[in-house]
Amino acid sequence: MTESGAVLLRMGNISKRFGSTIALENVGFDLRKGEIHSLIGENGAGKSTLMKIISGALKPDSGEILLDGRPYSPENPIDARKQGIAMIYQELNLAPHLNAVENVMLGIEGTRFGFLKRREMGEKVKQALIALNHSEIPLDVPVYQLGVSSQQIIEIARALVMKAKIIIMDEPTSSLSSDDMETLFKIIKDLKKEGIAVIYISHFLEEIKRVADRYTVLRDGQCVGNGEIGESTVEDLITLMLGRMLDEIYTRVPFSIGDKILELDSLYGKKFPIDANLSLRRGEILGITGLIGAGRTEMLNTIYGLAPIRSGKIKMAEVTFTKTTPQKMVARGVGFLSENRKEEGLALSRSVADNISLSNFRPFARWGWISTEKLAKGVRSWIRKLDIAVSDPEQKVSALSGGNQQKVAIARLLQTDSDILLLDEPTRGIDVKSKAHIYRIITELAQKGKAIIFVSSYIPELLGICNRIAVMHRGRIIDIQATECWDEHSLMLSASVGKTGCFAKEGQRVTS
Amino acid sequence: MKFRKISRLINFLGPFIGLLLIILIFSLIPDVQARFFRFGNFIGVATQSVIVALGALGMTMIIISGGIDLSIGSVIALVSVVAAFAAKSGASPIIAVLAGIAAGAMAGFLNGLLITSLRLVPFIVTMGMMGIARGTAKWIAGNQKIDAPLSWINGIMTKSPNPPWLVLSPGIWITIFLAVLVALVLKYSVFGRHIFAIGSNENTARLCGIRVNRVKIMIYGTAGLLTGLAGVMQFSRLTVGDPTVATGIELDVIAAVVIGGGSLSGGEGSVLGTMIGVLIMAFLRNGCTMVGWPNYIQEIIIGMIIVVAVTIDQLRYRREI
Repeated sequence: MTESGAVLLRMGNISKRFGSTIALENVGFDLRKGEIHSLIGENGAGKSTLMKIISGALKPDSGEILLDGRPYSPENPIDARKQGIAMIYQELNLAPHLNAVENVMLGIEGTRFGFLKRREMGEKVKQALIALNHSEIPLDVPVYQLGVSSQQIIEIARALVMKAKIIIMDEPTSSLSSDDMETLFKIIKDLKKEGIAVIYISHFLEEIKRVADRYTVLRDGQCVGNGEIGESTVEDLITLMLGRMLDEIYTRVPFSIGDKILELDSLYGKKFPIDANLSLRRGEILGITGLIGAGRTEMLNTIYGLAPIRSGKIKMAEVTFTKTTPQKMVARGVGFLSENRKEEGLALSRSVADNISLSNFRPFARWGWISTEKLAKGVRSWIRKLDIAVSDPEQKVSALSGGNQQKVAIARLLQTDSDILLLDEPTRGIDVKSKAHIYRIITELAQKGKAIIFVSSYIPELLGICNRIAVMHRGRIIDIQATECWDEHSLMLSASVGKTGCFAKEGQRVTS
Repeated sequence: MKFRKISRLINFLGPFIGLLLIILIFSLIPDVQARFFRFGNFIGVATQSVIVALGALGMTMIIISGGIDLSIGSVIALVSVVAAFAAKSGASPIIAVLAGIAAGAMAGFLNGLLITSLRLVPFIVTMGMMGIARGTAKWIAGNQKIDAPLSWINGIMTKSPNPPWLVLSPGIWITIFLAVLVALVLKYSVFGRHIFAIGSNENTARLCGIRVNRVKIMIYGTAGLLTGLAGVMQFSRLTVGDPTVATGIELDVIAAVVIGGGSLSGGEGSVLGTMIGVLIMAFLRNGCTMVGWPNYIQEIIIGMIIVVAVTIDQLRYRREI
């Protein structure tokens, strides 16, 4: 944006703590009328905390916010909405069985004597859709019958009907096809013409280059840069986003690579992966990274039989198969650690002992009956081996810290003594000490000849312990290289732009 | 840790104290005292509880696994009709008993099969089975009671057992034996652990390679066996096969499990708790009847006890999390 609009929203010295963690520290953020402002940062950089403060879901500990020159401190999201701030979430927030009008007017229905003013409401929504150049969207069918793109437009229409001055979009393209993305970009440009400011949050830097006017970069809760998007390259933005050093928390060991143990042959899943090819050998740790929604979890689920294989083959030492179930995979020596500890990974209301033993009762049971002594002994030895901080094996898992819960899940995984381990975000949301411990466990397993697939969004840890790293982008494995060939910049670039590592490497050299 | 041991003790003691309280209250009412606080009366209550107790054993397993079974009452009726039909047709008593139990097991197995293969929620499937079993029972019985010749079957539920040194009726002994067995299975068998795991988090169980569907079919099948036995007890007590019997008993059974600490969202429950729940309801009915309170008072009190028991349970759970 060349002409400088008046400042619409000004945030100064915003700080927010959660217990002992600092989420935001003296962050400043300016938003001008009619601009598209991109907020950039890694996971956990503080973007969502900042947006929650703007949209009234959180209150800052200190700092001031001015909206249109007047102090602004919303009591709650409804209050923020009344003052003209609309938020459009990654996961669409529509009631699927209601139609477009009912959805848009939900909570702001106009009534007369208790009866809905149907015609007036319909007219309002129609006007909004016309303003967005999408009057073709039907008003009277349940929205679940419409495409994702139309649903998103209906959400934006809701923002218009409520006379929003600022629309916050959180990863709006993550579930869109490329055609739908073009539609969205056009709408965003139209919103801009109407004088509405858009805060655009995305991991896809190439999108940001296309659509945004200005940017602000957050890292570790601090504002580390802002400016005109036209004056920065994608590489500049990545440099601003990163800037963490590799710690000495990573255990580096020489890899001794053995026989091939798993091979994917042009594997297609339900939606993702698309045409996945890779091979895995004993003793190696293969890292897989990619943006949220790139299809990493879907790929692991497909391999493990939790999601159907659409086509393609999985080859293991002795067998080749085109469909499978978790039970079969366990029998074939494959273990899986879910990224979702609470919903899939652990039985939270059960004890530590129950959770650890669940995957394999064989060492503790005879004829289907469990020996409590053997079980207690076995569980205690796992607790010791993984240094899990519990006072009693009968303690409920829900009472443990995130790091210790994850160790329980890992103990259960190791208890089956699988040859292949599929780890999905094994260190997400846990403290650094537990992370370091988990890295050590993983490298030790590789040394023992296990083959490990390590999916993570946190690039430093992949560079720290993997011997090869693959990048996924929109469902495809676009590149696999030895770890030495990658660095943070090239991986980030590859993951967000979708080009191969060689390209990324060159691109990085040009700028440095 | 000491605190947890104590809280576990309270878990167990909660329903138990409730039971003692109810017995105490009725024992203190002067007019009732003499008739209520008698060994003979206690045996009577226990005998009356056998049918609900057997059903509740299966229901405990089902509820721990996160399921529910609404078909128990109908299946009990079906079993009694099948057993009576077999006996009337000249089959030996033992064959009649086995036929009845087989009918119960079959219904349970079918429940499990439909729940897993059609991927329907247990509530719907067993509600369907409630109608199917009741209808089948009426069909077989030609819409009336089936009279069967008297045999040793009718001695199972008697209050004065023969030989007398048994003290309690064979039905009570069978129930106690099975209760201990189910409790052991739940606590010390791999099958039992799998039941708890599925109820606590089915996704986790699946990830761990547990054959969730097979375990579920086994749960409903086993529960069906127990319901079959409950149906035989019903037949034994009535001496006839009655297709309209045991209507609504499933609610008593579910209430007993819930009063005993079972959670309808799965993962929690115990046989001991359930058995205490069964006795709480039986003693309440018995006591109320002796005081001369009408039926509707009993219903109101039992309804309130269910709500109170579950509220206490929830409070405890919330504190722990």
